[in-house]
Amino acid sequence: MEKFEVLRSAAVPLAIENIDTDQIIPARFLKATSREGFGKNLFRDWRYDSEGNPIEGFPLNDSRYSGQILVAGKNFGCGSSREHAAWAIYDAGFRVVISSYFADIFRGNALNNGLLPLQVSDEVLQRIFQQIEADPTTEFVVDLPKQELYIPAWEERISFDIDAYKKECLINGYDDIDFLVNQKEAIEAYEKNRIWAY
Amino acid sequence: MAKSLFDKIWDAHVVRSIPGGLDVFYIDKHLIHEVTSPQAFAELEERHLPLYRKNQIVATADHNVPTKNQHLPIQDPLSRTQVDQLTANCERFDIELFGLGHQNQGIVHVMGPELGITQPGMTLVCGDSHTSTHGAFGAIAFGIGTSQVTQVMASQCLLLSRPKRMRITVDGELKPGVTAKDVILYIIAQLGTGGATGYFVEYAGSAIRSLSMEGRMTVCNMSIEMGARGGMIAPDETTFEYLKGRPYAPKGEKWEQAVAYWKTLHSDEGATFEKEYTYKAEDIAPMITYGTNPGMGIAITDAIPSEVPAGETVSFEKSLKYMGFKPGESLLGKEISHVFIGSCTNSRIEDLRTVANYVKGKHKADNVEAIIVPGSKQVEKQAKEEGLDKILAEAGFELREPGCSACLAMNDDKIPAGAYCVSTSNRNFEGRQGPGSRTLLASPLVAAITAVEGKIVDVNRYLN
Ligand code: SF4
Repeated sequence: MEKFEVLRSAAVPLAIENIDTDQIIPARFLKATSREGFGKNLFRDWRYDSEGNPIEGFPLNDSRYSGQILVAGKNFGCGSSREHAAWAIYDAGFRVVISSYFADIFRGNALNNGLLPLQVSDEVLQRIFQQIEADPTTEFVVDLPKQELYIPAWEERISFDIDAYKKECLINGYDDIDFLVNQKEAIEAYEKNRIWAY
Repeated sequence: MAKSLFDKIWDAHVVRSIPGGLDVFYIDKHLIHEVTSPQAFAELEERHLPLYRKNQIVATADHNVPTKNQHLPIQDPLSRTQVDQLTANCERFDIELFGLGHQNQGIVHVMGPELGITQPGMTLVCGDSHTSTHGAFGAIAFGIGTSQVTQVMASQCLLLSRPKRMRITVDGELKPGVTAKDVILYIIAQLGTGGATGYFVEYAGSAIRSLSMEGRMTVCNMSIEMGARGGMIAPDETTFEYLKGRPYAPKGEKWEQAVAYWKTLHSDEGATFEKEYTYKAEDIAPMITYGTNPGMGIAITDAIPSEVPAGETVSFEKSLKYMGFKPGESLLGKEISHVFIGSCTNSRIEDLRTVANYVKGKHKADNVEAIIVPGSKQVEKQAKEEGLDKILAEAGFELREPGCSACLAMNDDKIPAGAYCVSTSNRNFEGRQGPGSRTLLASPLVAAITAVEGKIVDVNRYLN
């Protein structure tokens, strides 16, 4: 997993609520057996028409917007557990998703892949949308060690929550597998005392 | 101290807690399928990690399989590769596999319970969000991402923080024609798609108790549709009766021991929940969805809300535009061209019986294409033994072979762009059943009536 510390970037707005993982990456593109290459089908049916032509007006097709931060409406990533959704967003070049609410499984999947789900209040989210609308080149600074979203245009620092362990993992590029595999002794001891052997 | 059902099972599975609030959490059973496992196997190999407990994994092929001619090689090369790779991985790691053609093959959440693999008190995961289905047995069951699939393969554990607890009580008696599917669609319509995010839900109350195991699975299945990590129902005689004699259920003395333990699995009097909701069974009517998330549900005779519901803005209008509906209009009389009966929500034998029972001696409308996809080979076999296949064929329904099918349209079973489909599945997202498809979620009974009438009707008038 790639390390994440501080990111300075413009952002792409997607002011839609309840974006489900079927929109992020439709099921028909889940047939690959590797983790790579999902980015080209990110938001496929919103981004391209049935002939494969870019749909005008969709923010990812709009040259005014760029950057490694995706800003989306509340309850982002609901629906299926497909980790392909996190892979597709990452593969398309994003490192942070800002929303006012994330679905649980998506949040976990993102963190396991070096993609930071950054939760802000509904109010801040709306202000961010307005800010990008007014000036699409607005810069955002995501500082993970400080747990701060800094918006130079507002001269404002907004703190965000993240689990302490997950924060360490992101900063160091570790994942849970390394940790769990090192727990073997405790796991074996637990197994000897399981109440009921299923 | 009074404990909730959830906490009893959770506590029994904590290997150790680490500072910062995370638990090393032990997983009893791991189910895998072809779509979310290949990258996990690949990662295991890349990191040179052994598979830790192969006997606690069961695999099946379901998401990507055709529902016609399963005895022939899969036509689509990508789908075939995925299914072949599952077979190869299971052979290499010596994992029990119910592949295509096997008598136990089926949708992973239909297969596990019907074989008795899912049992009260256990922890069970699968790389699939509807793993919540298994909670119907009083288990902690939830969907995980592929990275977590690798973690369970490598350590039989996950690193988790304990979710919050919610209890949803439904008391009273359900009205005729109101099924488990209507109960859960009603609850989701009340709470919204994010209403239970961060929570694990226990369903309780006399209306829930009165449901069969199939019905309970339908309810728990859709917990994820309101954002819940999972859903569960305390085991009782209905649960034990269902499990007894199933191939993987404990036998003889072990069975007695198991039941004695299972009887302790309920929320104690006075157990606390961070959130509680109570509903009256009498308030629930046959339901249908009109929008593009499962929270957008109404009683079938009600009109679509005329105003944007609180908390939704852009999505409501976008959603209605996609569906081709107007705010405030009624769905009654809308013509429907497709009916899909299947998916891990409603493809069990009881669902097929409900449909067959209604359509017996009737015929589907000419404008409708109706397909029924059984949840598993076992369901298919039983349907044939009971003669349901003939009833359905005479009524013009096409009975297919088991799989996820048009629930997510990864295989050839797709609803055409613009077409309306009344579906017994769990998601009505844009394009879920094929690009441009428009899905209306409902119970098998509503689906059967719709297929016969060719349009949305007030189902209450069609019940005898
Ligand atoms: S039937 Fe549908 S919801 Fe259920 S596991 Fe298959 S694809 Fe997922």
